[in-house]
Amino acid sequence: MEIIKVSHFYKSFAEKTVHEDVNFSVNNGECLGLLGGSGVGKSVILRSLIGLERANSGSIRIDDEEITSFNENEFTKIRKKVAYVFQHGALFDSMSVFDNLAYPLIEHTSLSSDEIRERVTTLLSDFNLEGSEDLLPAELSGGMQKRVGLARAIILNPKVVLYDEPTAGLDPANTIIIQELILKLKKSGSTAVLVTHDIDTALNVCDRICLLRGGKIINIGSLQQFKSDKNKLVELFLKEEK
Amino acid sequence: MKRKIINFLNFVGGIYTFSKQCLQEFAEHSVSRQLLIAQLQNVGVKSIPIVLIVSSSVGMVMALQFGIGLEKFSGKLYIPKVVTVSILRELGPIFAGLMFAARVGSGITSEVASMVVTQQIDAIRALGTSPIQKIVLPRILACLISLPILTVFANIIGIMSGLFVGSLDLGLPTSYYMQKIRTSIILADYLSGFGKTFFFALFVSIPACYLGLHTKRGTRGVGSATTTAVVAACTLILIGDYFLTKFFWIIESWK
Repeated sequence: MEIIKVSHFYKSFAEKTVHEDVNFSVNNGECLGLLGGSGVGKSVILRSLIGLERANSGSIRIDDEEITSFNENEFTKIRKKVAYVFQHGALFDSMSVFDNLAYPLIEHTSLSSDEIRERVTTLLSDFNLEGSEDLLPAELSGGMQKRVGLARAIILNPKVVLYDEPTAGLDPANTIIIQELILKLKKSGSTAVLVTHDIDTALNVCDRICLLRGGKIINIGSLQQFKSDKNKLVELFLKEEK
Repeated sequence: MKRKIINFLNFVGGIYTFSKQCLQEFAEHSVSRQLLIAQLQNVGVKSIPIVLIVSSSVGMVMALQFGIGLEKFSGKLYIPKVVTVSILRELGPIFAGLMFAARVGSGITSEVASMVVTQQIDAIRALGTSPIQKIVLPRILACLISLPILTVFANIIGIMSGLFVGSLDLGLPTSYYMQKIRTSIILADYLSGFGKTFFFALFVSIPACYLGLHTKRGTRGVGSATTTAVVAACTLILIGDYFLTKFFWIIESWK
């Protein structure tokens, strides 16, 4: 069953067209990777799925709801089921790690402070972040910031998680940790859309891969199809990125 | 030139839409008390020293200048009234407003713009909350509460500084100065200046938040947004002061 369906998606900024007639869908429990070089607009698609950018035309359906005409208030209910993991964590720098994680729970649940503390502590332990609850984001390493960002995004148990370059700028060890966390969430049944230009991460965690170039999807298919496709552009991209 | 006019009209239209949006959200949701208190501390309490320093300086300079000027016409006895009325009606609110624009307006814009650049504003939205509720309204309300209070402090310190110079440098007896302040100042002198501060608070906080939230071009944009916010706030305060003075003058003449 499709949980995300994007049809005839067009997006431009001023006179620059970023996307023309982009079509794809994501099934429940599936992880779709959006791959492409820098500047092809991968993040624009991801941001449009949660209303941080607006499509110029076309349709975006999330969980059977057409979201392109939603206002900010209507997006609130979508944003409770669709989480966004930002490339650089986007942690609130005036709040501690604990307060960053507690923020969605305080805003959207009626949990008591003890229950919030318990939930945050459990999540910190799941993400190997024990002992960092009182630290400020500026005191964390890049890898830790990404993990806190991921933990904050999934604390409300969303149906869909959107990852924007989750492994960009990380060393191999932290890349593996993030990949394992994404796989763990996938096993728990959450649907994911992962934007990356890191082919290894895409090959390790995605079920299907969608290749973008020049504002269009030039290839979409399963991992096996993707690996065996002889499309010249794919080859070019692989050469370019490797 | 054409581009500058378009940018200016965009700014005016943007401020209008943004203010409407803020009013709507203010009417629909309550503002977090915790966030408001934090902003009162940032915006209000931390502005006390600079506002007091400036207002004491203004009070002393005013007394001295009027003292020198009026002495030529044997009008030294009018110094208490002239200085006090000037401070209450114009100089207290104006200087408090300008200092507030410089300190608070720049602070708000640079903070909010940095949050835009580091995607914290996007994160607030992505987590299903509103940046207007969480960031903008606490700051606007804190400005609306703080600036009138700061102006009261500025007025008191300004008048006391005038008294200090009047009695120490100009040889006016303290008791005479105090008596003149009590007898020659009417409530309208005080209210017309005090009333302006609510408008000044809006002139500082709304453009500051708007420009911060609409920052573009990364960290370079933070600097230019901050400069624009301070220039816009100071200009609005100074130009707005004329119309507000006229507005309060009309109200006074109705009585």
